[in-house]
Amino acid sequence: MTQKNRLAGGQINRAKTHKFMFDGKHYTGHAGDTLASALLANGVRLMGRSFKYHRPRGPLTAGSEEPNALVELRGGARQEPNTRATTAELYDGLLARSQNRIGSLRFDLLAVNDRLSNFLTAGFYYKTFMWPAAFWEKVYEPIIRHAAGLGSLSLKDDPDTYDKGFLHCDLLIIGAGPAGLAAALTAGRAGLDVILADEDFRMGGRLNSETHSLGDQSGADWAAATVEELASLPNVRLMARTTIIGAFDHGIYGAVERVSDHMHTPDAGKPRQILWRIYTKRTILAAGAIERPVAFENNDRPGIMLGSALRTYANRYGVAVDRRVAIFTNNDDGHRTAADLVAKGVKIAAVVDVREDAPRSLDYEVLHGEIKDTKGRLGLTFAEVRLADGTMRTLECGALGLSGGWNPNVHLTCHQRGRPTWNETLAAFVPGGMLPAGMTVAGAANGDMSTAAALRGGAKAAQNAMDLKGKLPSLPQAEDAPVNLKPFWYVEGCNRAWLDQQNDVTVKDVKLSHQEGYRSVEHLKRYTTLGMATDQGKTSNMGGLAIMAELAGKAIPEVGTTIFRPPYTPTAIGVFGGRHRGKDFHPTRLTPSHTWAEEQGAVFVEVGNWLRAQWFPRTGETTWRESVDREVLATRTSVGVCDVTTLGKIDVQGTDAAAFLNKVYCNGFAKLPVGRVRYGLMLREDGIVMDDGTAARLAEDHFVVTTTTANALPVYRHMEFVRQCLFPDMDVQLISTTEAWAQYAVAGPNSRKVLEQIVDRDISNDAFPFMACANVTVCGGLRARLFRISFSGELAFEIAVPMAYGDALIRRIVEAGAAFDITPYGTEALGVMRMEKGHAAGNELNGTTTAANLGMGRMVSTAKDSIGAILSRREGLNRADDLRQVGIKPVNPRDPVPAGAHLMNESGVIDAAHDQGYVTSACYSPNLGHAIALGFLKDGANRMGERMRLVSPLTGVNVDVEITSPHFIDPDGERLRA
Amino acid sequence: MIINHPLLGPRDSAEFTYMGDARLIDRPDAGSDTAAQDFYDYGYLRDNPAGWHEELWFHEAGDRSWLVVTRNTLTHEISDVKLARDVARSRGRKL
Repeated sequence: MTQKNRLAGGQINRAKTHKFMFDGKHYTGHAGDTLASALLANGVRLMGRSFKYHRPRGPLTAGSEEPNALVELRGGARQEPNTRATTAELYDGLLARSQNRIGSLRFDLLAVNDRLSNFLTAGFYYKTFMWPAAFWEKVYEPIIRHAAGLGSLSLKDDPDTYDKGFLHCDLLIIGAGPAGLAAALTAGRAGLDVILADEDFRMGGRLNSETHSLGDQSGADWAAATVEELASLPNVRLMARTTIIGAFDHGIYGAVERVSDHMHTPDAGKPRQILWRIYTKRTILAAGAIERPVAFENNDRPGIMLGSALRTYANRYGVAVDRRVAIFTNNDDGHRTAADLVAKGVKIAAVVDVREDAPRSLDYEVLHGEIKDTKGRLGLTFAEVRLADGTMRTLECGALGLSGGWNPNVHLTCHQRGRPTWNETLAAFVPGGMLPAGMTVAGAANGDMSTAAALRGGAKAAQNAMDLKGKLPSLPQAEDAPVNLKPFWYVEGCNRAWLDQQNDVTVKDVKLSHQEGYRSVEHLKRYTTLGMATDQGKTSNMGGLAIMAELAGKAIPEVGTTIFRPPYTPTAIGVFGGRHRGKDFHPTRLTPSHTWAEEQGAVFVEVGNWLRAQWFPRTGETTWRESVDREVLATRTSVGVCDVTTLGKIDVQGTDAAAFLNKVYCNGFAKLPVGRVRYGLMLREDGIVMDDGTAARLAEDHFVVTTTTANALPVYRHMEFVRQCLFPDMDVQLISTTEAWAQYAVAGPNSRKVLEQIVDRDISNDAFPFMACANVTVCGGLRARLFRISFSGELAFEIAVPMAYGDALIRRIVEAGAAFDITPYGTEALGVMRMEKGHAAGNELNGTTTAANLGMGRMVSTAKDSIGAILSRREGLNRADDLRQVGIKPVNPRDPVPAGAHLMNESGVIDAAHDQGYVTSACYSPNLGHAIALGFLKDGANRMGERMRLVSPLTGVNVDVEITSPHFIDPDGERLRA
Repeated sequence: MIINHPLLGPRDSAEFTYMGDARLIDRPDAGSDTAAQDFYDYGYLRDNPAGWHEELWFHEAGDRSWLVVTRNTLTHEISDVKLARDVARSRGRKL
C-alpha cells in the first residue's frame, strides 16, 4: 500500500487518498491522479499485454494518445473495455483489470505468439489461413476470435443514461493549454460567447506538465488563475472532460462531455456522458502537439515512454516512473526532461542524443549515440547504447524517456478537406489545405512550439477570428526556445522495433509490406494495421511514413499521411444513441383507440412508428389464427370495427384542388361530384405505382385524400413537390391531417344498423350510397366525416371525428353494435379480408409494379396529363407477357401457398430462367376454408384456371396451385353496394 | 450542415429531406411530340457535378417548403437558397 515512486509536488490533492484495485490488488492514489499515474506511483509499470504478440506493456504516454495501457474499467454492468489508464481519472473504489491475456498479466499464455513472431508478420492472416477453405469457419476463425481483440464487454444492459444537447457560441476554442487559454481570455474579456473545451479534467494543457514559469508564476498556477477568471465570466462556458470528436460542415462540432466517468456511479439524474452538437461562428484549434517516440530493438518494454510523459508524471502527478532514468533524444526536449527529473531528485543514467552537437550538462551525462536494444522481461532493466564511435555501453535504468520531436495535432483540421503540409524545422506535418470553415489554428497545433509563441498565437487568433479592435490582453513572459532537432525515426539494423505498439507493427513489418508492393500509405495501413485501433496511430504513424519514404526514396511529404477521420478519440456507442434506446429507440405513435384496445387485451404490432391492434384474442383461443378467423367471419356475417386512423390523410383545398388531384392521380378527378369518393392511383414520374388511396370531395374546393399508412409522409412530400415545384400558380393548399382525425372502419352487413344509431342523418342506401361522403354530425352534434368506402369488400363505412373524441367514439360504436355482437378486428383480419377481396396493398405496391401489373392499366387516363402517365406507356413496361396480379389457390385445400414462393409451369424445368411469377401476399381464408394468395404472373390475365407449381427451393415448398381471379369473395361487388 | 432558409433563417440540415437535382422542376410538356424522349431525359439523365449543384431540399420538419439550395458537392459550401416555388415561377412554370 506504499506509493514508493511518489515524489513531492504536483497538482494532486494529497489530502484526499483514493483506494483502488487493479487486477485484484489494492493500491492507493490521490485525487487528481489518473489510473496510470497512481499505478506508476505504486511502482506498477506493467499494465497490459500487446494485441498480437502479447508482449508485456506499460504506458507510452500520459494522455489520450495512449496505445498500450488499455484496461477494463469498473465492474458489473458498468464494465467498460479498452479505456486508457492514462486518462481514466482516479476515484475512490475504482476497479480496473488488465486485458488481452490468458492467465495473469505476468504470465500470459499467449505470450508464445512472441516466440512465433517470425511467422506472425504483416499479412499473416491473409497468407496463412487460406486453405483448406472449410477450415475457416470451423477452425481458424474461432481460434483467431479467441486470441484476438482487446477488452471484453459485460454483455449486460448499460444502467446509465446518455444525453444529447445543442450549444451555440461565437467562438469555440478546442484545447485549454497556453494558446487556448490566451484565446479564451482575449475573446472572453471582449464579451463574446465563448466555449472552451478540453479533454482533460484539469485545464492548462502542457502548462500543468512543465516547470517553465509564466511571469512570476508557475505555468500551472497561471493556468489555474486564468481558468478562475474565465469561470467568472458569464459569457464563457468552460467544458473540461470534453473531447471535440469531429469538425463537421458549416461550423458544427461534435463534443463528448464525460459527466460521470470520474465517479463511482453517476449522481442521481445525471447522465454518464453527453454528446453535444456545437454550432459556432469561429473556431480556434489549440489542441497542442503529441510527442513521438523513436524505434529501436525492444523499444516496447514497460518503463519506456515518451519524455513528455515522464515530465507529466513527475511535474503534474508527482510520480517518478523509476528512480533511475535514461533519456534517448534527437532534440533539446530530451534535455528538458533530464533537467526536470534531476530537479525532482531522480537519477539520470544518461541522456543519449543522436546529435553530435548535443548540449552538455553538469547534472547528467550526455552520450552521443543511440539506444541499440533493451532488457527486462516484465519491465525495463537495462538499455544498450551504441556510441557514435561504435563502442557499446549498458545503462542500468527502470525508465527510458524517448524524444523524437513533436507532431502538431492536426487531426481536426483534416475532417473536411484539409491535408497537412510538411514543416522541415519541426520534421512534422502542420495544418494545411482547406481547413473546416471558420477554423484557425494556434499554438503547438500550428507548429508554434514555445510557450510564448503559443500564448501570443492564441491571443492573436482570437483577435483576428472575431475581428476584435484594441489591445491584446497583457500576456506573461514565457520561455521562447527554438526547436532544435535532427530528424531521427529508427535505429539502423533493428528488426523488432515497434512503431505501432497497439497493433504490434514493427519496422520489419513496414519493410516487408514495401517489399510486397504496398506503396500507398493507405495500403500500408490496411496491410500492416499500422495506425489502426483505439489510438489511430497518434504516436506511430509518423515513424511508419518516414520508413516508407526512405524505402521508396521519397521525401516524407510525398508519401503523405493517411486521412484523419472523426472521432478524434474512441467514443462510446451509447453516447451516439443517447436516450434513443429500448422503447425510446424511436417515437411510438398510439392510435386513438389504443387505451380501449388494451382493455380488450389486443395484441399490438409495430407499423412504422404506430402501434396497431393486430388481433383481439378471446378466452379459449389458443392460436392467433383462431382469433383472426373469428374476427373475419364475424365481420363478414355481422359487423366488425377497426381503427384505420393510421392511414395518411391529406386535406386538399383551393379552387384548383380538383385540377391538382388530376395531376397527382393517374385517373381523373375533375368530374367527381361533391359528396362522392373515388379510388385514386398515384404514379411516380417513371410510371411505377407510388401509392393508392381515396379522395373524397367534401366541397367544390375541398378534398380529403387518404394514403397507405407507410406512405403517408412520402406521398405528402411528393404532393408538395408537385404543388410548389411543378405547378406553382395553382390555387391549392395541402396539410397533413393524419393525426387530426380519428377514423374507424365499420364493416359488415349490419354496419349500417350500428351507425344509424350514431350518425345524425339518413344513411340508407339511397341517401348515402356506395362511395358517398359527407360532413355529418354524430351523437347529436359532434362534427364528423362519413365515407362509404370498403377495404374488406363488405357494406362498410369509415367514420372520422376530431382526434380528441377518438376514444369516446370507439366506445360508442361498440356500445351501439352490442346488439349485433360487433367484433373489433385488427390488422391481421384486415389483411385477410383485403386479400379475399383482391385489393392490392404494400406487398403489391412494392415499388416495381405498374398500374398494368395491378390490372388497372386502363385507369391511367389518356385524356389528361398526370405524373407518371407518359413513362407508364413506354415499351418496356407494356410487353405482352408482363406480370398481372392474379389470385392463387392450392389444388389440395390443405396445402399452403406461402408468400415469396415462385410460380413455375406445371411441367418443365424449375429454375430462375423459367420463372413465371411470384406470390406477394398469402393467408388462410376462413370463408373459403383454404389458403389463398395474391401474386404476379406473366400474362396472368389470360391464364385463369391454369394449373401451376408454386416452388421455393430454399424452403422446400413445391405445391400444385390453380390461378384464379384475385377477387375470391363477392367478385361482382354486390355486398359493397347493399 | 446549415441551410439558410429564405423565410426562417439558418436551420440544421437534419430538419430537411433531400431529393436531388433541381432540374426536376423542369418537367417536360406532356403534349409535345417528343414527350416520351423528353420524359426519359427528365427522369433518368442527371449531371453528377463535383462542384456547384442546384438541388431540392424539403423542409419536412419545418414549414414544408421545397427549397432550391446551391451547394458545392466538394466542400458542402452553400452559396444560395431560394424557395423552389419562386424558382419554378422564374423558369416559367405556371398551372
